[in-house]
Amino acid sequence: MLANMPLSANGEIRIPIASDADIVIARQRGRAMAESLGFSVSDMTLIATAISEVARNIINFAKRGELAVSPHQRSSRRGILVVARDQGPGIPDIHLAMQDGYSTGKGLGMGLPGCRRLMDEFEIQSNVGGGTTVVMIKWSPDYDSGS
Amino acid sequence: MEVPILKQGSYLIATFQAALTDEDLLKLQDALVMQVGKYRSRGVIIDVTALDVMDSFAARTLRSLAYMVRLRGADTVIVGIQPEVAFAMVQLGLTLESVRIALDLEEGLAIMDQRTKGGKSFALVGQSSQKRRKA
Repeated sequence: MLANMPLSANGEIRIPIASDADIVIARQRGRAMAESLGFSVSDMTLIATAISEVARNIINFAKRGELAVSPHQRSSRRGILVVARDQGPGIPDIHLAMQDGYSTGKGLGMGLPGCRRLMDEFEIQSNVGGGTTVVMIKWSPDYDSGS
Repeated sequence: MEVPILKQGSYLIATFQAALTDEDLLKLQDALVMQVGKYRSRGVIIDVTALDVMDSFAARTLRSLAYMVRLRGADTVIVGIQPEVAFAMVQLGLTLESVRIALDLEEGLAIMDQRTKGGKSFALVGQSSQKRRKA
């Protein structure tokens, strides 16, 4: 499972998420890392937007949590790994939360399903009372061919 | 970082910065809805050229803002959505359907002028057609 993968200690940045100002910090740090990894401006914006969404979910539903971004490698592919973790109430029905337009009233209902479209890989694990972990990867197109 | 609001004739122009928090957005919304009345503005232009990310919260706030301004009798135009921001908004599934949008500040001002003058010329056309009917 993606969510169980150990995080590479190499170059990982952790951002505590406890206020709406932290959402801005998280997406700026994430964008800076994406830039340093050679992502295009377009990809940098997709990554920053996805980070903004998952960080806001932490604030809205868990009040506090943590966001980690790190360079990621799998065989010949390189990319960026984004992990959002909280110890909040958890999501009772993940299938429902992943449906377009489903909203608890705090957003447009686009957050989680939208993030899946913004990133290349997306996984969510949640237990009621046990918190939520979202793991997302965006692969750098430079390495897609494996050359 | 609060969003500066510039009063330009009968319009209000709000220019976004990159590092805009949810609270900044809500403050801007309140300030604009107030100032439309205070300055009797006919239009609000929101310049998002510097905005790095338009997420679901920002989009929802802009939609509400435009609707609130409408209820105060003025129009809103959003200008300066960057190509990569537009791309991300579509991927995320965000829409600003009910909000008027223009390429940049220049276009936004042109649309506002057109609307203001358009209203007048519409009235004139109405008058002249009435006259024609009488004649």
